[in-house]
Amino acid sequence: MTATMRPPASACPACVAAPAAQSLADMEVPKDAHIVLSLPTIHCAACMSKVERALNADPRVHSARVNLTMKRVSLSGDTALTAEDVIPLVEAAGYEAHELDTAALSATATDRAGRDLLMRLAVAGFAAMNVMLLSVAVWSGAAGETRDLFHWISALIVLPAVAFSAQPFFVNAWRALAARTLNMDVPISLAILLAVVTSLWETSLSGEHAYFDAAIALTFFLLTGRYLDHRTRSVARSAAEELAALEVPRAWRVTDTGEEQVSVADLRIGDLIRVRPGGRMPVDGEIVEGTSERDRSLLTGETLPVLGTPGTAVSAGEVNLTGPLTIRASAVGRDTSLARMADLVAIAESGRSRYTSLADRAARLYAPGVHILSALSFLGWLLYSGDLRTALNIAAAVLIITCPCALGLAVPAVTTAASGRLFRKGLLIKDATALERLAQVDTVVFDKTGTLTAGTPEPVNLDAFTTADLAIAHALAEGSAHPLSRALTSAARAAGIAPAQVTGLTESPGYGTSATWQGREVRLGRAAWIGGTATDQTAAWLRIGDAPPQALLFTDRMRDGAAEAVAAFRQAGMTVVLLSGDTAAAVESLARRLDIAQWMAEALPQDKAARIETLSKNGAKVLMVGDGLNDTAALTAAHVSISPASALDAARVASDIVLLGQSLAPLPEAATTARKAVKRIRENFTIATWYNLIAVPLAVAGLCSPLIAALAMSASSVTVSLNALRLR
Amino acid sequence: MNVLTYLIPISLVLGGMGLLFFVFTIRSNQYEDPEGDAQRILSGDYDDRPKQD
Repeated sequence: MTATMRPPASACPACVAAPAAQSLADMEVPKDAHIVLSLPTIHCAACMSKVERALNADPRVHSARVNLTMKRVSLSGDTALTAEDVIPLVEAAGYEAHELDTAALSATATDRAGRDLLMRLAVAGFAAMNVMLLSVAVWSGAAGETRDLFHWISALIVLPAVAFSAQPFFVNAWRALAARTLNMDVPISLAILLAVVTSLWETSLSGEHAYFDAAIALTFFLLTGRYLDHRTRSVARSAAEELAALEVPRAWRVTDTGEEQVSVADLRIGDLIRVRPGGRMPVDGEIVEGTSERDRSLLTGETLPVLGTPGTAVSAGEVNLTGPLTIRASAVGRDTSLARMADLVAIAESGRSRYTSLADRAARLYAPGVHILSALSFLGWLLYSGDLRTALNIAAAVLIITCPCALGLAVPAVTTAASGRLFRKGLLIKDATALERLAQVDTVVFDKTGTLTAGTPEPVNLDAFTTADLAIAHALAEGSAHPLSRALTSAARAAGIAPAQVTGLTESPGYGTSATWQGREVRLGRAAWIGGTATDQTAAWLRIGDAPPQALLFTDRMRDGAAEAVAAFRQAGMTVVLLSGDTAAAVESLARRLDIAQWMAEALPQDKAARIETLSKNGAKVLMVGDGLNDTAALTAAHVSISPASALDAARVASDIVLLGQSLAPLPEAATTARKAVKRIRENFTIATWYNLIAVPLAVAGLCSPLIAALAMSASSVTVSLNALRLR
Repeated sequence: MNVLTYLIPISLVLGGMGLLFFVFTIRSNQYEDPEGDAQRILSGDYDDRPKQD
């Protein structure tokens, strides 16, 4: 009876667990949040430890790892984790942190091209070392069957290695031949293939000479050059990409249910957008609500803020300064004046003369020369000896010995050394030919606002005021975020002047601030609002009760290193020119302070570009330094251009070199380093030329054995590389 | 001469193993942060057992 009362056991034990397994499977696996932060101030092991410890201490963070080379931290954590949650953790540890747009970084997150080159380099290196080992045995006296054995083993190693490692050269050579042109890769590919073919032929006939080691060593050295070149570019590309990723483009859109944060790309014409003080206008539009001052210096170069009231048109790229604004979008994305002005770059780009790098010019001479020489050697020996085998061997020797290694390494090695050196000084070279062009510069053209100046005003006539008056001005200035107010606050604080006790402090956006002091009304702000008369110079007016208004005069503060940079350029014999969209008085004032003789004021973007084109027509090689959107056409028209990292996207894109630091002092040193780099490149070409003058006649005469060819090749490559390192 | 029968394969195998290790390091992104890796050896943070999940 007991047996029949128990429920029957399941025939399938797994079925009992099936519902639990099903419920487990139904649970969605939560995906980790992936966040990347830029940490510009980290520099050592302690920094890495502190940041990683601070982040890993938070239970929401699963893992965090600092990349010191890129000055970033990558972390994964709970799905709901955002950059806003983790940035305070890093800042609490004492380090500056900025969110990076992971979508913008993903393009080069896996450096496929670099990894591919490195893989081929590794295979070529492995093969080269083993074949060289066997070749040394042959050169040391192995003979007869032992030599043949070594040759066959070398062949077994070299054939697959060359087939894999030399593909970049074969592909490029084929592409060039398909276009009916010659480039460096055609003689390289021909040399490699001919060396392998003649070596196989020799080996099958138990011949004495084989060039297997030359073929694979050639491949190895040239891949080294390609890899160095690639690393130079990828460092510049990733750092420039980071600048773009720092600007996560978002806007606050006003909806029926309140404000929502959306991507700028999602905005439509007619949308209402809230722009807070300090924010940048994401689109062109018209002010619907609010009154504020706008900083238009990036667009027009004007130093003075411009008043904005309901009905005023605004442009994307302007910075809102003093009051919250609501604008209605009238042009978005490609339609904004920001994008329209950027189109100037494309127009100037098409007119820009294409610069031919030293390496390309050398290749133009080398590629046909080596083919002709090899062909003539082949024909000469064929006629002289009547032996196809001997003629082919000598033709192969000529191709191999004519030093493509030195040519292939001459430029990338120097460029890598120079770029590394300048990068440590805070200069980011985006194009290798920029170094060569920078070396030729004899004229330097500067923009003013945001380039020679910090774009930050500073008061210049505080001496004309009493301490009591300055205390009142300080108190009034503290009530506003206007750049003049902030400059006044900083200057008063630096002078040790404490703010006066005022009551009823009120800011009138676009006009200034007012308050009550000892029963009298005091005001600081716009001339018309105070009752003063407008001046050419930037000014804020102060009125205390019924006393006459007094003007606080401001000058745009010079950027660190500006005076040193201009003086160094002039001392180097270069002409210095100042172009600005600002007023004549402001430009002349700065030109006098920096001792710049040639200047132009109130220049529009096309005026700047036209001026540079005029200078270029007169034979000048112009270096343009600028940061604003109104500089982009000029940056593109110049022979070479530099922009600060704080520059607008369009200016950074148009320039060849980005200055990452705040100081302008590295600029003259960049020109010096560029001249040294070009000198090293020319020296390397000279070394290669002399090597060819000595080695080629020997090869043509048939006196070059594989051992001599290998030693000569290695010696030339090492010499060129060491010469490049002298730049470091 | 018979020693070559052993030495040549041994050297090729050892070289091949080196190459495979190098390929492994490339695939696991071990060359992404040369500066950080150099500094990391100076850090006092270390563990003596695998991380507990």
